[in-house]
Amino acid sequence: MTDSIQGALPITARNITKTYGKVHALDDVSLDVKSGEFLTLLGPSGSGKTTLLMVLAGFTRPDQGSLKFGDQEMIRTAPHLRDVGMVFQNYALFPHMTVAGNVGYPLRLRNVPMPEISQRIEKALETVQLGGYGTRKIDQLSGGQKQRVALARSIVFEPRILLMDEPLSALDKKLRDRMQIELRHLHEKLGMTTVYVTHDQREALTMSDRIAVVNHGRIMQLATPQGLYEQPTNRFVADFIGDSTFLSVERHGDQITYNGVPLKTSRPVPDAASLVLMLRPERVRLATKTTKTVNEFQATASELVYQGDSYLMYATMPDGTEISLRGAIRQGTVAALPKIGDHVTLALEPGDTVLIDGRDV
Amino acid sequence: MASAFIYADGLRRDERLERLKLFGLSSPAILLVLVILVIPVGWLFFVSFIGADGQFSMENYERMITRKSYFRIFITTFKISLFATALCILIGYPLAYFMSQLPNRIANLCMITVLLPFWTSLLVRTYAWLVLLQKRGLVNDWAISLGLWDEPIKMVHNMTGTLIGMVHIMLPFLILPVYSAMKQIDRDLLKAASNLGASPRRAFWTVFFPLSTPGLFAGALMVFVLCLGFFVTPAVLGGGKVIMVSMKIVSNIELFVNWGAASALGVVLLTLTVFVLWIASRFLNLENIAGGGH
Amino acid sequence: MFGWLRKPASETQVTHGQRLWLYVFAAITMLLLVTPTLIVIPMSFSESQYLEFPPKNWSTRWYEHYFSSPEWMLATVTSLKAAFLTMLVATPIGVVAAYGLHASKVKFIRIAFVLLITPMMVPVVLVAIGAFYAYVKLGILYTLTGLVLAHTILALPLVLIVTGSALKSYDMNQELAARSLGAPRWKAFLTITLPQIRFAVVTSALLSFLTSFDEVVIAMFISGGDNPTLTRNMFNALRDQIDPTIASISTIMIVVTSIMMVLAQVFGRSKADK
Repeated sequence: MTDSIQGALPITARNITKTYGKVHALDDVSLDVKSGEFLTLLGPSGSGKTTLLMVLAGFTRPDQGSLKFGDQEMIRTAPHLRDVGMVFQNYALFPHMTVAGNVGYPLRLRNVPMPEISQRIEKALETVQLGGYGTRKIDQLSGGQKQRVALARSIVFEPRILLMDEPLSALDKKLRDRMQIELRHLHEKLGMTTVYVTHDQREALTMSDRIAVVNHGRIMQLATPQGLYEQPTNRFVADFIGDSTFLSVERHGDQITYNGVPLKTSRPVPDAASLVLMLRPERVRLATKTTKTVNEFQATASELVYQGDSYLMYATMPDGTEISLRGAIRQGTVAALPKIGDHVTLALEPGDTVLIDGRDV
Repeated sequence: MASAFIYADGLRRDERLERLKLFGLSSPAILLVLVILVIPVGWLFFVSFIGADGQFSMENYERMITRKSYFRIFITTFKISLFATALCILIGYPLAYFMSQLPNRIANLCMITVLLPFWTSLLVRTYAWLVLLQKRGLVNDWAISLGLWDEPIKMVHNMTGTLIGMVHIMLPFLILPVYSAMKQIDRDLLKAASNLGASPRRAFWTVFFPLSTPGLFAGALMVFVLCLGFFVTPAVLGGGKVIMVSMKIVSNIELFVNWGAASALGVVLLTLTVFVLWIASRFLNLENIAGGGH
Repeated sequence: MFGWLRKPASETQVTHGQRLWLYVFAAITMLLLVTPTLIVIPMSFSESQYLEFPPKNWSTRWYEHYFSSPEWMLATVTSLKAAFLTMLVATPIGVVAAYGLHASKVKFIRIAFVLLITPMMVPVVLVAIGAFYAYVKLGILYTLTGLVLAHTILALPLVLIVTGSALKSYDMNQELAARSLGAPRWKAFLTITLPQIRFAVVTSALLSFLTSFDEVVIAMFISGGDNPTLTRNMFNALRDQIDPTIASISTIMIVVTSIMMVLAQVFGRSKADK
């Protein structure tokens, strides 16, 4: 097995639709996955992300659409002929075979000669840091080890596309964090096109080249992690990724106002009928001195939570909206914090003043 | 894009083909059942409307209402089925309860006493009762030596013997579903009842018993339905004096070759069975009953 | 020793002493359940021609009579052949049907399932006379083929239920994994699913065997001539005259059944079982 997989394939999906009765599991979805890219399908349960993955794998047949791996149309190809690697949420390892039996299964199906099979199994196991585990039985393995065996099994036949369906959700937090980094390294090493499904936005932000946020069978936004976090294009994405509060703003010609007060922003203003201002807790500050360059809001402190390394404060705006702000705690910070009921002035840099389309999606 | 819509047709065809292939896996089985059961029984339905002269007539059904002996047969069948079911409940429920309270290992051992007769041939068990209940059989001998009664009592070739035999055969069919339902009752619920002030008797009747009723109902239903159509045991232990519908059907064919009468009886028996099952399906998932015995 | 009686026996703190009546009742019931079956065994070694228990003299004459009787031997061979063939026919058809129903998304599954269960729910007499009627028309009355076919439809519900329940607790994702790795559906079934439900398959096979071997009513009607079954002859013997040979046959049947039961327990226990 070569160290990196030659010729990773791009994926081109067009107009994929899948309905169950009246429900649109996938609603005219089109997606381009670049060759060698790590793309995550991120969304809540029922959003359609797993359905889309299953369409890519061939286990769910859409009502219509086109799917190309590279130049080849695959939409009507049976799953066992698609040559994609797949890792399942609960690993789906074969309990009646050893680790080597599992990992060697796809090679036996492809009539690879026996000596080569053993070689490639060991190589794959080494790649996932389980070298020498071939003779172990599946029920002797820990969760993390099972995960790696599943991974080894899915890459041993050098597929040019890898699909993963929430593979880390069954692991505990520490293991999950570590595996995220390992999977990322593996991807960089092997270079195959990877489509990853998860509902954990933090996981998606950590691992992906690009993220497609999915909801109600549609792609809400496709962008890099930073792009999604900094400039979401709709409320759903803004809400799903990171914490945010929304304030309704009005547009008067070129000016955007909140509560009559014009806002200064250095960010692009979307061309939408209604707009909202998205506030991220870590971007809102307690104003130390008044400056003309910063947006200021008047509010009343309503709650204060000490979190060790940071504080979390809730402040109520005049119109009743409650926003949260988070700040690091250094020496003297706690003493300087306002008390509950105090009047506070909040500051927001123009660079952090993000306006997005206010429609409900 | 135009190409996507071309695939819509192809995809639909692929889906239909796959569905057909999967369903086709069960087609040999379905074919067998259709050819050997459904079609012949359907044909019998038509035969039931043919009288002794070979013409269409309702006489086979009329006979059931007009002739007293026929009517009595239905009453007998119902009576025996009801009694047998009741006895099974009275005897089987406590045993199931007893086993459900035991630790698993011991319960499994006791279960052998239920499963052994269950798997033993029907004929063997019926024969055994025939021997046991004779005038000079074991039961009479021991009862007399224990002083329970003086003269040997006639316990075969009558209702008593039939009932005893049937209850013995049917008991496992009741015990298995009830036991399985009891095992699933959360023990903490009884602790909660106790803690809230219920006496042990109260806790049993208000918490445990109601939760065991689905299994009880399933088992009782199975027993009742099986009794309605039962043939072997009543035929042997009843000695011709206790006549159930199934026996009349058989005698109609074997002795009189009266297919019309036999079919009509069969149709009525089937209708009754279906009716009872339908009532039960309103309260139960039928698949659970079928799986209850295993 | 009687202190045990005062110990609590349940969550509701009922003592063993208070439950003594239940224990006695249960013991008697279990005794009554098992005894009739076991009684037959010593009886078969009785010398007397009359059914008596306990036997006054011991002898194996009824076994000798059984083994030396051409009619009984023919019946035994027929029953064994029929049971074996039923097992070979019903198990594959049933397992494949169970898989098809399990994997199918069609709405007809429920109907198909109910249809295949009907032989278990319909009174056997009806199945018997229906088969008799059909076989006369088809010309397979009194043949082994006819017997096997009829017994197969009786066994199918059992195969379906046992296999179906094993499939329900089986993780179908493994088949998906196998297919994603390059196995077509049938190969995935054979190499991955079947090995893991083999206990259910073996149990189904044994149940099919017993169902056929034990079956009385259908055999009464459609077996005979060259292919009488053991059960058919036994039943007739029971009705006509009480022949103690039946005791010896019964004992043999009990032994066969017990062996089957033990086999089923041995092979029927998967790691997931209690």
